[in-house]
This record gives sequence, structure tokens and C-alpha cells, in this order.
Amino acid sequence: MVEQVRRLLEKRVGSVAELEKLRQSIVDKKDSGRTCISVCGGTACRASGAEAVVDAFVDEIERRELQVQVEMKETGCHGFCEKGPLVVIEPKKIFYQQVKPEDVAEIIAETVLGGKVIERLLYVDPVSSERITYESDVPFYKRQTRTIFGANGTIDPTNIEDYIAIGGYSALSKVLTGMKPQKVIDEVKKSGLRGRGGGGFPTGRKWQSCRDIKGAIKYVICNADEGDPGAYQDRSLLEGNPHSVLEGMIIGAYAIGSHQGYIYVRNEYPLAVRHARIAIEQAMDYGLLGENILGSGFDFTVTINKGGGAFVCGESSALMASLEGKIGEPKAKYVHMSEKGLWDSPSLLNNVKTWANVPLIINKGADWYSKIGTAGSKGTMIFSLVGNINNTGLVEVPMGITLREMIFDIGGGIPNGKKFKAVQTGGPSGGCIPEQFLDTPVDFDELTKLGSMMGSGGMIVMDEDTCMVDVAKYFVEFLKGESCGKCTPCREGINRMSEVLNAITQGKGKREDLETLEDLAGILSAGALCALGQTAANPVLSTLRYFRDEYLAHIDEKKCPAGVCRELIQYSIDPERCEGCLRCLRACPTGAIVGEKREVHTLNQGLCIKCGACYDVCKFDAVIRQ
Amino acid sequence: MAKVWIDGETSIEVEDADGVNAVSLTVDDKKVIVSAGQTVLEAVQRMNGIGNIPALCNHPAVKPYGACRICTVEVSEDGGSKFKFVAACLYSVKEGLIVKTNTEKIKKLRRGIIELMLARCPNVKRIQELAEEYGVEKPRFVLGDQDCILCGLCVRACQEIIGKSAISLVNRGIYREVAAPFYAYELTEECIGCGDCAFVCPTGAIEMGPDGRPILPKVKIPYGEIEALMKKEAATPS
Amino acid sequence: MELTLDFPKVRAIVESYTEKVDSLIDSYAGNKEQLISLLQDIQAEFNYLPQDVLIKVSQKLDIPLSQVFSVVTFFRAFTLQPRGRHLVTVCLGTACHVKGGSRLVEKMERDYGIKPGDTTEDLRFTLETVNCLGCCALGPVVVVDGKYESKMNADKLDRVLRSYK
Repeated sequence: MVEQVRRLLEKRVGSVAELEKLRQSIVDKKDSGRTCISVCGGTACRASGAEAVVDAFVDEIERRELQVQVEMKETGCHGFCEKGPLVVIEPKKIFYQQVKPEDVAEIIAETVLGGKVIERLLYVDPVSSERITYESDVPFYKRQTRTIFGANGTIDPTNIEDYIAIGGYSALSKVLTGMKPQKVIDEVKKSGLRGRGGGGFPTGRKWQSCRDIKGAIKYVICNADEGDPGAYQDRSLLEGNPHSVLEGMIIGAYAIGSHQGYIYVRNEYPLAVRHARIAIEQAMDYGLLGENILGSGFDFTVTINKGGGAFVCGESSALMASLEGKIGEPKAKYVHMSEKGLWDSPSLLNNVKTWANVPLIINKGADWYSKIGTAGSKGTMIFSLVGNINNTGLVEVPMGITLREMIFDIGGGIPNGKKFKAVQTGGPSGGCIPEQFLDTPVDFDELTKLGSMMGSGGMIVMDEDTCMVDVAKYFVEFLKGESCGKCTPCREGINRMSEVLNAITQGKGKREDLETLEDLAGILSAGALCALGQTAANPVLSTLRYFRDEYLAHIDEKKCPAGVCRELIQYSIDPERCEGCLRCLRACPTGAIVGEKREVHTLNQGLCIKCGACYDVCKFDAVIRQ
Repeated sequence: MAKVWIDGETSIEVEDADGVNAVSLTVDDKKVIVSAGQTVLEAVQRMNGIGNIPALCNHPAVKPYGACRICTVEVSEDGGSKFKFVAACLYSVKEGLIVKTNTEKIKKLRRGIIELMLARCPNVKRIQELAEEYGVEKPRFVLGDQDCILCGLCVRACQEIIGKSAISLVNRGIYREVAAPFYAYELTEECIGCGDCAFVCPTGAIEMGPDGRPILPKVKIPYGEIEALMKKEAATPS
Repeated sequence: MELTLDFPKVRAIVESYTEKVDSLIDSYAGNKEQLISLLQDIQAEFNYLPQDVLIKVSQKLDIPLSQVFSVVTFFRAFTLQPRGRHLVTVCLGTACHVKGGSRLVEKMERDYGIKPGDTTEDLRFTLETVNCLGCCALGPVVVVDGKYESKMNADKLDRVLRSYK
């Protein structure tokens, strides 16, 4: 027991000087010439089998007894999710993609020991057909500015010493030894940082209003309830670099005078919860969290609370209600949460990405930070670039980059030779942006002007085969299931929008329906209690604004131009292309397809339920959908 | 000289309101002085002939909830350059506040909310009255068959006035309803059969049953989604 | 009106776990605001929230049962009905939707008669949907008992589910 206690106390860092000593000793240990292999352990790579790759490395390193020369670490998400599992070999950062467990032995033998590159595992540039060896040359990464997300690729999130080695907690040191709380807030204000959760509220101003309340218990909250479908950057940041978020929270707590923090993680992110828990435990062991942080006399503890499966709990007042053990019902925010929030006390709530920006601002300074980005939107933003795009993944770019650059230069354009149709940003509160605005810079105010919004960073690319009415319907259906039900405009209004959109997509729409949708949108934005309801009509309004002709096609001609809306499309088999392979026949759930082997198949419209299974399995493009 | 309201009908003229904890507002272009510490709805309800704010989920005996949203008004805190929509029942009066209770935008919003409520509860007298007052005719939507407008007054009355918690608002979204825990009163001893919930209900959706317990409005077929309700009924046999 | 859970075997198991329940609740030491975390622990233990346990929670934490019931019915993570042996979760995030995720949900209804939230009669499968798992490159994604299956279509789903008895 004494031994355990001694080892525990040994870890504890009692002052900034001791932290620097520890940092130096960790860095020295690392410089001893060990080759480091970093395997991406982000959820997308895990879904592609990264765990098996990790196991294979562990086995191979053990088999060859290379533990001294070679270090393998499972890191957080590297961002290039389309090409996972990803393996990066230091120090030059040789970049291998779509690695399988069978490749591991060769990687160790050829690359790690032999210094040779394995051609077939390299990334191939689709435009130049060139094989790219190093991570920094991969176009997907080259055009990014990965000031925050870059660390994911080099640290093991379950080991605090990795974070310390790359300079972690140096911002905290700087704050605790040389910056008074007001100075910290001034720096954040000067940086121009705006909330990364969706609202885009000036962060420094929020901190100031919280600090200005005298003599109250205050709370610091991290909103990790990332609910926008298609967005997973908060999750990857919390999984891959939880300490960056913690460090930001401690600095924020110090600035406003809070001693209790919460991280509210949505229920669907068990790995993020686990890594955050480990991070908190380790930070407490090392004296970087808890009582008397770094010997400064400042106390701060952090608790993790899980969500219960409600998108509305991403809204700050609903989140706080949930923290209090109640249902996630928002309340009117005529008095800000920063004055009366959790338990009616001043509460500072910020998004995961916002917290992660704080150590960077303190370390590099507000002047450096404010040089990145545009006049109204400073710094970088982490987007999840998903949908009909070649390079699906998480992207960190400076504010002000154009949508075109993001989608075509970094994203690699639209797959299968399809045409770009729209990009949806801001989740269910945002809107769809069509082709003519592709040169718009990504900026809070610019996106709002177009009828969309920055939101939490979801960027969903849609190609010509997407029906925009169906997209509007999708978001409305989503919100219908997530509305808390308290206020009439949201509960009834969203339900009725769903009713109207369903009628339109089933060919039962009328011209008056468009006016009805606009009226409902007006009721929602003026009358709804919270931001969920107030912005619920945005997807509908933006698609009406830019794709009205599609709505009219559904209403007047009872046709779905993109070939999506079930009741308005028809499947048929092209006799010229059909090879008679029986695949579609077997896939059809209602027996609507008949035909013999090597004879042209026919589709009986009367039995067809338009499920699309035949379209999916046909290898000869013989099933036509119109 | 300013008008200070003492109650719903009586007002007096005062020279100045110094020393009185009062704020001056402009309501529908008329300057008034009211006591601080109350909401816009409370202040306007006390005035005779100034301002016109309907309210459904509000009751003087319980705390305001802000669910029906029909009390929405336009206010400006910066002397009239920017206006925003707020629920009058929740928004506290402030010095220099400009309130508009009957603009075209507000009337349109109210009509919209009434249309939605009428589509949900076409047979409720109170909603029909409002519809007539604001000129809402046939809703453009599939008619429902509910009696409850989910104002939450019954739940709040039970909690705040009686001090019990026999009923609560359960489920989410359009499936939201007022219910006893597990739809069975006998599981706890919270309900004392006082009938306050039935008394305070603005639509008459709650009736007291023969067993001394209230009969709560069960969510009826929600606008054509019959299957969903049947599934729910199957999950909670009665 | 009485709600009865018609699963006698489940009842027996619950009774024999009374101690487990008590220790779970006591570990929260009467902190009312930890209600949601406690309910999550209970559900993780029993795979659903038994009515008897909820009544006990209400008594021990001094929270009115009506409020416990409100919380249980509000959050999607909680279920009052026992779940199937295997949990099938279909991702309906925007990216998966654009690639055809909803067709998989319809297939589940055709083949097993269950909609999202339902459990098959024989307690074999419970179907849930989720609004983004964060592997958008691999959509449509279906998770079965925690195992991620990527680039799914109706055919593949058949093959995968066959192995889950």
C-alpha cells in the first residue's frame, strides 16, 4: 500500500517548474531514436478494422522482440476517414492507407526495419495518379491548417504524458503563474474567438458576463452533446485529445472563478466518455486537476454526465435541466445562462471545439490567433466533410476558405463523375447552399446571409441524385422526433410541416402548400421557445429559396427529378443491358421480377414496392430508376 | 404626470414616480408606469384599455410556463431600433421598454398559433372562441381530436398549489401528454382527489371520475399516425 | 388501469437482484440530480427499466414517481420494455440517409415486422435508429451488438443477421 501511495505521489506535479522538468524528461526519453508507428483508432477506422491492425502490430513487435526500437501507439482520429485504417510511420510520417492486419508484418520488415516504402499502401492522387509517400504531401492534408486537430495523430489519448510532451498544460502554467483572471478574458476577447457550437457568440464576452456576477458559485460546462447528424468532430476531438478540452476548461474556470465543471457527453459516444474519464483521472493524479492545481491554490474538479438520447439537450438550457436530473425542456433565455444557468447560478457553457481553442490562444497569443481567418470569424474551424464526396473526413481549415476549395481541393470533388448540387451546413438548423455560391468564404456571417449557418461544423455534400424536397423532409422528420413538445409552434408546427412535405413527396401536394410552409416557418421563427424550434424551418426555407423548381415538379408534374421520392419514381429493367443473372430477382422482396437465367428479366410494376434492392445489386446498370 | 395602475380597473395620476419601485414603459405607443418585478403580461393585464395580450397557459396562482406562445409580443430594449419577439408571460418589465402587443406581425403569429391549436383541438370551446376573435377559419391541416392543449396548468397546479406531484407531462414531441405515473394513480399516494387539475384546466379536458380521481385526456389518434398510437397502446396495456 | 409486465421469468430475475438494485441506488447517496446517470446504470444492468425498480428509485431518492416517469419517457435511451437478445442499430445520419439508410429500416419491417424502437415477438432483435455514428465514409452503417457493419445493403443485412440467433 505504501508503495502504491508512493508511486501515486511521485506522479504528482506540485508546481509549474516541476511540470517543465517532467515535460523535459518525457521529451528526452522520446528522442532516443525509437521509431513510432501511429495507428488511427478513431471510430471510423475502428469500424474498418483498425483494432485488428493494432493487435497485429502488438503481436509482430512482440514476435520480433522489437519493443526497444519500435513504439506503436493507437491515436485518436487522423481525419482522413475515407481511407482508413490509417498508419503513419514517424519520424518522416510515411502515410499508409487502407491497411489490413495482413500488411503489418510487411510494414515492420520493409518500412520500419528496411527503410523501404510499400507502394501499394500509399495514397494515390486521383488527378495526377501519383503515389504520395508523406502525410504532409497528401492533398487532403496539405490544404488544411491543423493547429488543433493535428495533435490527434501524434498522441495516445489515454496517456497524459503524450499530451505533456507536445506542450500540453503549458497554457495553464502560463495562466496560473502570470495572468490575472481578467487578463485571461481580455486575451480571449482580443482573439475574436466565437462559439464553435452553432451560436457563434463571442466567447470573450460570454466569459466576461459570467465573471461579472459577484459572490456566486459558478459552473463551467463543456457541451459534447453533438447532435447534428453528419457531424462527428466534437466526438473525435474528445476521443483523440481530451486534455486539450480539459486544459481549456480549467483556464476558463480560473478566469470566471468557478470550481466545478461538467462535461456533458451524449449517450451514443461511449468511447469519448471512456477517454474523457481516463483523462480526468490522470490529470488528477498529476496534480493538473482537482485541489491546488500546480501548487497555485486554485481548485477545480470535473464530472462527466452522459446524455439520455435527446438532440434538444444540446441546447444550453435543456442541457442544464438534464444536468439537474430533469427532462430536457428548454426555458426562455431572456436572462442569459451565463447569469442564471445551472441551479440558477452563473454557468459558462461552451462547445468542445471552443474549449480546445483556448490553450492555443493563450500559448500563441491573441494577436497570432486573430491573424487567421476573416474579419468577423477568427481562427480555424473543424468541419466534418461527408456525404457525396470523395475524401470523407474531418477537416480543419482557416475561416475564410471558400466552399469550392473545401469541397473540390480538399474534398476531392464528387465521386462517380456526378455533379455537385448543394452543400448543407449547420445541421437541422442550417440550410442548403447551391452551386452559384461555391466561392463564398466559410464565415459565420457569410453563411447566415445565404440562409444557412456555420453550426457545429457539419458539411454535407449532395450530388445530382439528391432530391432537395426529400432533404427538407428528412430534417423536418428528424426534428419532429426530437422536439421536446413544450411549445405549440414547435410541437404542432414541425408536425404540420412534416405532413405537408410528406404530401408533396407522395404526389399529393398543392400549390398552396408552399405558402403554408412559409407561414409555418414564420410561426416557428417568431413563436418558438428555443433555438431548435426557431431554426427548424431553415432547411425548408433554404431549399424553397434555391430549389423551388424541384418543389414545383413534385406538385405540378407529380415527378421527382432526382429519382428519390418513392411514390413518384418507377423502376424498370433495360432489356439492352440485362444479362439475366437472376441477382435482382433474388433480391426482390415481393417477387415483382420474373425471368429465367440468361434471359432478360422483367419487372411487374403492380408488385413493385420501390424498395430499390434491385437497383443496388445489379452489376450491369440494367435497372433504370426514373 | 404619469398613470400608475393599482389594480385591473383603478389607476391614479402621479407627479413623478421617484421612490416608488416602478419602471416606465411604452405599451402600444402609450407611456405608462408600472411596478417593477412583474412580467409584461401581468403588467398589461392590470391595465384597462391598453394592450391586448391573450394567454392560454397562464394562471395567476402558478408560475408562468411559456408553452402556448400566444402571449408573444414585440419588445425593444434599445429605444425602438430593434424589436424581438418574446413571451409576455416570462419577460420581466424593464425601464424604458417599448412593448407592442398588436402589430400585424403579432396578429399573424397569433392566427398561426390558433390555427395549429384548432387543427389539434377543433372541438374545444376556448380555442373556437379565439379562432372567431382572430378570424381563423378552417385549418389547412388534417384535423385531430384532442381536448388537451398541453398548457401544463394541471401539472403545475398539482405541484405548486397542492404541493403534490400526482401527474406529470410524459413522452416527447407530439406524443406528449399528461399522465399519472405508468398511467396508474394507485402506484403512489400522491393524488388526493382534490380536483384542482380539473378546475384549472382551460379547455375542460379533465373531468373528475367516479372514483374521485381525475380522468386525464388520453392522446387520441395523432393526425393520421394510427399505427404509432396502436404500438404505444400495445406497449402500455390498460 | 394497471400496467403489468407479462414476463414472469424477468420478474423472478428482478426479485433475485433486489440487493443489486439497492446497492446501485445507494451508490448515488441520495443525489437527486444524478437521476439520469442512475437510470442509465440500471438499464445497463437489466437491459431495460423494470417498473418495480423505478418505484424504488422514486422512494429512495425522494423524487416523485411522476417525475421519474417523465424522465424515463422523455429520453430515448430508456426503455420500459425488455429488449431483444441482439440490438440492431441503423444509422440514419444525413450521410447514411443520402446513401440509402432508410431502405434498410424498411427491410427490417418487412422481414421481422418491427419498426424502430420495437422488439421482435421472440425477443431476438431490437431495432433502433441513431442519428450519426461518425463513420460517414462507410455508410450505410448498421451496428449489431456493438459490431459495426459498413456499406450495407439489403442483401448484406440478410447475411449478417442470419448469424445472430
